[in-house]
Amino acid sequence: MHGIPRKAPTQEERDGSSIKAAKLRDLQSQLLHFHYNKIYTKEAIEISAQLLESNPEHYTGWNYRKLAVQHLLDRHQENEVDSELPQSVLDEELRLVENALKRNFKAYGAWHHRKWVLSKGHSSPDRELRLLGKLQKLDSRNFHAWNYRRFITELKKIPDEDELQYTTDMIYDNFSNYSAWHNRSMLLSKLLEKRAKGYDKTENVLSEEFEFVRNALFTDPDDQSGWFYHLWLLGQTLKREPLVISSSPPHGSNLSLSIDNPDCQPSFSKIYHQSKERTFPLILYFSEAVVGVSSSTVTVEFDYDGGDGLIWHPLSANKLGFSQAWLAYIKYPHDSLESCHVKVTVAQFPGIISSSGMPCSQSCFISFTASVCSNNQEHSKVQTTHKISWNEENFKAHSTHPEDANLLASLCKLNITKENMPTTPMLCIETISNEIACSRELLSSSNCKIGKLILARLLVAHNTLMTYGCMDSITEAHYEEILALYHDLMKMDHAHIGYYEDEYSLVVMKQLTSNTESLLKLCGNYEELSLPSISSYTCVRLKGLSLSRVSCMEHLLWVQMLDLSHNKLRSIEGLEALQLLSCLKLSKNRFSSFTALEPLKMLKSLQVLDVSYNEIGAHSIDTRRYMCSSPLNSTTGSEWQLKRFAEEDADMKHFWDAYLLFKDLNLVQLDIVGNAVVDERLKAFLVKLMSALKWFDGESCH
Amino acid sequence: MDETTLFPPIEPSNFDLIVVGTGLPESIIAAAASAAGKTVLHLDPNPFYGTHSASLPLDDFISFLRSHSESPSLQVQTSDDDDVSIPLATRPLYSNLEINLHSSEPLENSNKFTLDLGAPCAFLCADAMIDLILKTGINQYMEFKSVDSSFVSGGAGKLESVPDSRSAIFKTRSLLGPEKYQLMNFFKHVQGILENGSEEDMEIPFVDFLTKRGLSQKLKSIILYTIAWADYDQGKLEFCKDVITTRSGINRLALYHSSIGRFSNANGAIIYPIYGQGELSQAFCRRAAVKGCIYVLRMPVISVLMDKDGRTYQGVRLASGQELSSTLLILAPSFTIPKSLPPGVEVTNSNHKSPSNAEGKVARGICIAKNSVKPEAANCLVFFPPRSLYPEQITSVRVLQLSSNVGVCPSKTFVTYLSAVCDDSVEGKKLLNAAINALFHIAVSSSSENNEIDNLREHAEEKPCLLWSALYIQDLTKFHGAFNSIKFTPMPDEHLHYDDILDATEKLFKELFPNEDFFATTSTSDEQHLDGNTELDP
Repeated sequence: MHGIPRKAPTQEERDGSSIKAAKLRDLQSQLLHFHYNKIYTKEAIEISAQLLESNPEHYTGWNYRKLAVQHLLDRHQENEVDSELPQSVLDEELRLVENALKRNFKAYGAWHHRKWVLSKGHSSPDRELRLLGKLQKLDSRNFHAWNYRRFITELKKIPDEDELQYTTDMIYDNFSNYSAWHNRSMLLSKLLEKRAKGYDKTENVLSEEFEFVRNALFTDPDDQSGWFYHLWLLGQTLKREPLVISSSPPHGSNLSLSIDNPDCQPSFSKIYHQSKERTFPLILYFSEAVVGVSSSTVTVEFDYDGGDGLIWHPLSANKLGFSQAWLAYIKYPHDSLESCHVKVTVAQFPGIISSSGMPCSQSCFISFTASVCSNNQEHSKVQTTHKISWNEENFKAHSTHPEDANLLASLCKLNITKENMPTTPMLCIETISNEIACSRELLSSSNCKIGKLILARLLVAHNTLMTYGCMDSITEAHYEEILALYHDLMKMDHAHIGYYEDEYSLVVMKQLTSNTESLLKLCGNYEELSLPSISSYTCVRLKGLSLSRVSCMEHLLWVQMLDLSHNKLRSIEGLEALQLLSCLKLSKNRFSSFTALEPLKMLKSLQVLDVSYNEIGAHSIDTRRYMCSSPLNSTTGSEWQLKRFAEEDADMKHFWDAYLLFKDLNLVQLDIVGNAVVDERLKAFLVKLMSALKWFDGESCH
Repeated sequence: MDETTLFPPIEPSNFDLIVVGTGLPESIIAAAASAAGKTVLHLDPNPFYGTHSASLPLDDFISFLRSHSESPSLQVQTSDDDDVSIPLATRPLYSNLEINLHSSEPLENSNKFTLDLGAPCAFLCADAMIDLILKTGINQYMEFKSVDSSFVSGGAGKLESVPDSRSAIFKTRSLLGPEKYQLMNFFKHVQGILENGSEEDMEIPFVDFLTKRGLSQKLKSIILYTIAWADYDQGKLEFCKDVITTRSGINRLALYHSSIGRFSNANGAIIYPIYGQGELSQAFCRRAAVKGCIYVLRMPVISVLMDKDGRTYQGVRLASGQELSSTLLILAPSFTIPKSLPPGVEVTNSNHKSPSNAEGKVARGICIAKNSVKPEAANCLVFFPPRSLYPEQITSVRVLQLSSNVGVCPSKTFVTYLSAVCDDSVEGKKLLNAAINALFHIAVSSSSENNEIDNLREHAEEKPCLLWSALYIQDLTKFHGAFNSIKFTPMPDEHLHYDDILDATEKLFKELFPNEDFFATTSTSDEQHLDGNTELDP
């Protein structure tokens, strides 16, 4: 029951409970004896009833009952003389469950047993509904009862519309009822999916529901049950078909490829890529996480032998395998100066589905050309051994090279050919706009934190809907308002500051990347002045923006050099999509473990990494470390050979997380100075581990 | 005098207390005195229990009102005894009785109606009267029904549900989102004050307190008149005769809110006794009888007997001619003792009531219709706050509609009570008529004025047709006792609740028996009754 404070037991009660415990132990041992010896006499069954009535949590007891009932029913079927009628046997079971529930109406075993009895075709749904009525009167939020109610209504084929009305009544009675709101969301999902009468216009239904729940929010903004439902509604409103929103290489680009070191650069006129394996990455970036990207849903056509049956990998996939970014490797064309055409068709065939169950049905086309540069071995080793200083003067803003600016502009502009560009229905946008107005109204009188959070989410949702299907930036994006809201929230609700910082970061990233102009301000060309002709990178600088996570990678797929220093980063999830990234600066952030850097393992081109002045090793208890993959966790368990590990030297055992990260990185330059974990032993270990390493904390390794 | 011989003489002839009249306060006094072990004789000239708190069939209801509207008849009798005998007179409590008949149907079914004389009156589930009912165990004689909803007349005469609780605020369509927030937030603030106390000045007018909390006019009106049940326009403090202080306003809100959900079968804060409010005085009488009180109905008291000096009360002479003596005498408020008193006797105020109310009147009305004023509601309250009916309206009109499920009328019929405090009968009738016009459709033939307006209104909204109505004015003037041993009980007042009557009755009991407990707590647990007999029938 809710809202009833616990009382400390009195001496009398303590004595009582110890007597009860002794009695229970006795009953329990008797039951186990009967169970073991398969004794199903009347007396034995009576003992089990006594046990279950005083302790409904006894699973073995319920199991024994099931066997006993089956035994009695079988006897009856075999027409034995003194057998009981199935009716009375099952009635006894129902009575027992009711008594057990009276003692504890949250006993899983008892509810389960009742379902089992019902599966024997006994009791009537009406009787069950009456029982539920009584129990829900006792505690209207009891989720067991709600769960069982769904089971019974299914059995009795009660229309979902009626059940929806029931949730309305329960919510009217007391809207602080998570279970009722939850059931409402379940029923509405079903009705909307079936397009039942009166529920065929999703937008209208959602808009009515928004109004309904708003009453709860205004009445008591501090009660979170309604907000949860509001959030669910928002999710439903945002439910859109997933779309491909960007790719690498981008549509219409020319790709220069080289086997080893490209001599056809430095140049911004083309994108180049180098690989010893003679493959280049093709990345598809979706508007939300999807599954089902495969050679059967994505067709890639070459005018050369690009390889059949591409294998698509999700980058930064969640547990269910959904990912926003998908990667496949495409073979280089044969050495020739001619450009070869590659045409990618996404979702020509169904199969790509978003995590909210929406199929990607809008096919889209991406085409680009690829050509291989002739090799020139002369410079081949120079670039990789050169130290990247990240100096300010080496960075050239795009404005200094107008033609570069043009290319960047074309890169920043997402350009994908789609047929029948889908758009958001006006009604949806109106609904969200209306919710925004109401939230502002609520906030004008109440300073409640969850109201601020919802307003921020609504504004973000509004942006998402307005930009859905079109790549142009929108004029009325309210970024400053959203940022101010999250800023307030960080101050008001320190306990959840991490979450707010993350959301804040998403908005900052969105704001910076949403239009070409602002993005271009961050872009530039990096050249080491000492060796101007050798290395040049397309570079993006996102320094000192208070970012705690990265996002909007769809705009940055082409980036080779990224400066994320002076932020609040704790994680770099999502960065996996930047397959062309060579140099990454993460200094002066809040990374607290090597494990947090695991996504770097997906970046095959990464050569230069700066994680100096972070908090790696600074926290004795690093919860984050265990949230990420580790030997204890199945995601990396397969590649982790315990046996081998045991035989290796003590350093490897000691620095197991560093080992797991760096063994797969092919770094030439690494900076880790300024982390608590760094000592001579680790440095020696890392130098030994990474044979390609040339520069370590600013000093030459060899 | 012949008929009096029909009555056997009352034995014994000496009592601690004689009570004349079986109205609610008299019955409570009788029950309390009996419970304290006093010998009590309870007399009533009427053939029914309840006197001015009675619930009567329609015919009897009208004739009772008529009989108490006439000028008092002085039955002067000279006595040959040594004792001085003062004839007991009655004074008219009711005036300006006006009955409108639009259909003969109600009168033909007179016995199927049970109409309250002091209506509208109801209980808040947590109020002092309900506590007393539970304490005395008389809930075993009574059953209650929930008055499920209350409405307030909003703008343009529309009845809107009163957002009196968290779930009602959630449900109502009459408040905008920010108003819902403000109101709920205010309730929470009050809850906080009740739990933790407050720095604020609790003696300032409640309306100022509400203004300080930034509540809109509409919300203030809802809180003041539909939850705190204020009589007078609190916004015009110069005319307001019942300025509610913050302290009492907060206490009223607390009482209201603790009433919601006190009994599992009552949805709202308010309940009403099945078969009418008359049941309540009758239940107290039964309780008194159990404790040994002697009851004699149809037995008028002719005169009060004094000792030779004319100052000390001795006893009463009944219509049967029997003379009885007692230490103390309690009289219903409709009795008077003529002012021609022997010199040296001073009139003292025994009942402490604010003097402003002493001159007041309450206008009461009863309407019978075939349909509910609100289709979705059966038993409900309706409030017309000051200025909602017309700009000069300075007191609120309160309406209680009852359906056949409380056993006060035939099925498919609704009885609606109205009341409003007023200075004179003209104002009182104007208030009630305005409210009746807002609630009912009145057949054009009988409506003398404002035909056009009525017709316009009728089309705007489907209103129930009025079948029968009665309006009357009840005097609130108190007549105070002149002798230490003779006291008058308080009369039915202008409130929806019994709090003031109960207070006054308890005080009266304490004056009579300073050393006795007003219903000493018995060993039977109250909580038992909460789960048992008082549980309201659905």
